[in-house]
Amino acid sequence: MAAVPMQRRDPAFRKRIVTVVACLLLLWPMLVYSEFKPWILFDAQSMRATGAFLADFLTPAHSLQFLTMVLEQTWITVAIATCGLALALLGAIPATLLVTERLSISLLGTHRMRLPARALRQFVRVVLILLRSVPELVWALLFVRIVGLGPTAGVIAIALTYCGMLGKVYAEILESSDAHASDTLLANGSSRMGALLYGALPESAAELVSYTVYRWECAIRGSAVMGFVGAGGLGQRMDESIKMMAGSEVATMLIMFVLLVAAADLVSKWLRRDLV
Amino acid sequence: MTYRLEHLTVRHLGPQGPVALHALDLVIAQGEQIALIGPSGAGKTTLLATLACAHQPASGSFALLGVDPWALTQAARHQLRARLFLAPQTPPLPPRQRVVTTVLAARLPRWTLWQAVSSLFRPRDPRAAFDALSRFGLGEKLYARVDRLSGGERQRCGLARVLLSSAEAFLVDEPLSALDPTLSQLTLTALQQEARKRNATLVCSLHQVDIARANFARIIGLRAGRIVFDAPRDQVTDAMIAALYLNESMDAPAPAFHDSPERLAVGACF
Repeated sequence: MAAVPMQRRDPAFRKRIVTVVACLLLLWPMLVYSEFKPWILFDAQSMRATGAFLADFLTPAHSLQFLTMVLEQTWITVAIATCGLALALLGAIPATLLVTERLSISLLGTHRMRLPARALRQFVRVVLILLRSVPELVWALLFVRIVGLGPTAGVIAIALTYCGMLGKVYAEILESSDAHASDTLLANGSSRMGALLYGALPESAAELVSYTVYRWECAIRGSAVMGFVGAGGLGQRMDESIKMMAGSEVATMLIMFVLLVAAADLVSKWLRRDLV
Repeated sequence: MTYRLEHLTVRHLGPQGPVALHALDLVIAQGEQIALIGPSGAGKTTLLATLACAHQPASGSFALLGVDPWALTQAARHQLRARLFLAPQTPPLPPRQRVVTTVLAARLPRWTLWQAVSSLFRPRDPRAAFDALSRFGLGEKLYARVDRLSGGERQRCGLARVLLSSAEAFLVDEPLSALDPTLSQLTLTALQQEARKRNATLVCSLHQVDIARANFARIIGLRAGRIVFDAPRDQVTDAMIAALYLNESMDAPAPAFHDSPERLAVGACF
């Protein structure tokens, strides 16, 4: 074998250096424009305000009346998240079936999709992008103007944004799972829905369920945030308490949030255990 | 199902891809049983996929029951696919599915959507699935999950689907690759009996030349995408077999199922 001299330079090294420098150059203006000044946190005046607010935190509010109110609002928050997600699923599931390339019959054997099929896919994809590119907070602000203060605005906002997210990610989960089972079913003449139910879904059911439950958790958090703009639930109360600098009430409500997220985590674990 | 292939050329990965099958001429009559042999990478899998209308030929003429399936509308072609059964070498079974569900999936082309959904909840015809599995010695696995099966059991489970389909042609890719000699014979006999009973055409690719010669009346030797010989078994000599596998190691690893790599998906973003 002929002796090959060792290459003197790692051919990938220069590209890596350039990437690092480019990233730093990009990051610097971002820091400047976002007015990220962590030292403000530590000046005397804000330290005092924070101190008073935080001291209140150590004794969460626990009067019976307040607790019943918190539980009631928590229930509303969970209800907003669940209704919103259920409505989002109504739109997301059909959108997934239209968008995913996994179940294309025209792709079978030809390596190219028919033009109408491709146009429809692209159209639904654009609709999904539009739905999720508007943050749920903005949807909530719009719908608070239209349907008035209260949970309805929150439900509609979550339904619209999450429809876009779920449709996209469901389609990607289906496309990144093993195609062998669904492809064979299609090749043997079964319909798209048949191949979905007997081939694609069993391959990725656990991922789909855990993503959905995670989105439910996000929806709970989201509905809390939307409360700040008047879309009902725990967030609206929290907004009021923060404005009154009532640290103890905020603490109770934050504890409630932690419990909610932990509960969502538990549900996800149960569901996955049955499916994996 | 009758096939007539004239000068059929098939390419991998679309119209510009490498040639997998060169100008094949082949006529298959209804109810014929054919063994397809040849070294790894000869194009056996591609030929089966082409016969199953799951791979569009690049040029030449391809007639199934006298018509070119690729000249039909997509819906008509898809109905035609329900009359063929392609069994890939790797069993196409989702690991989390139960055996009964996976076997009954062969009935999907005949089911309405409602029947398909309700069968997920309560299997519609477990008796038929049990009978099919029993023919392959798997009756006791009816309600087991696919990921609890061994490799050989999965392979037979995939083949049990053939019995539940209403196909008039069985296109079976390497059905014995994970089976020991006894099971191989049992499995092949079950397939051949079923084909004979329905007068279905059976095309079966095999790595085991001796099994092919012992069980099939007509043998096609494929090498590098060309038909080297196509003869009744008593005319196939040891010299022809030796020439077919010349410079090939008999126990080379089986070719990967190369019909779907173009559909590797981009990773999902969570």
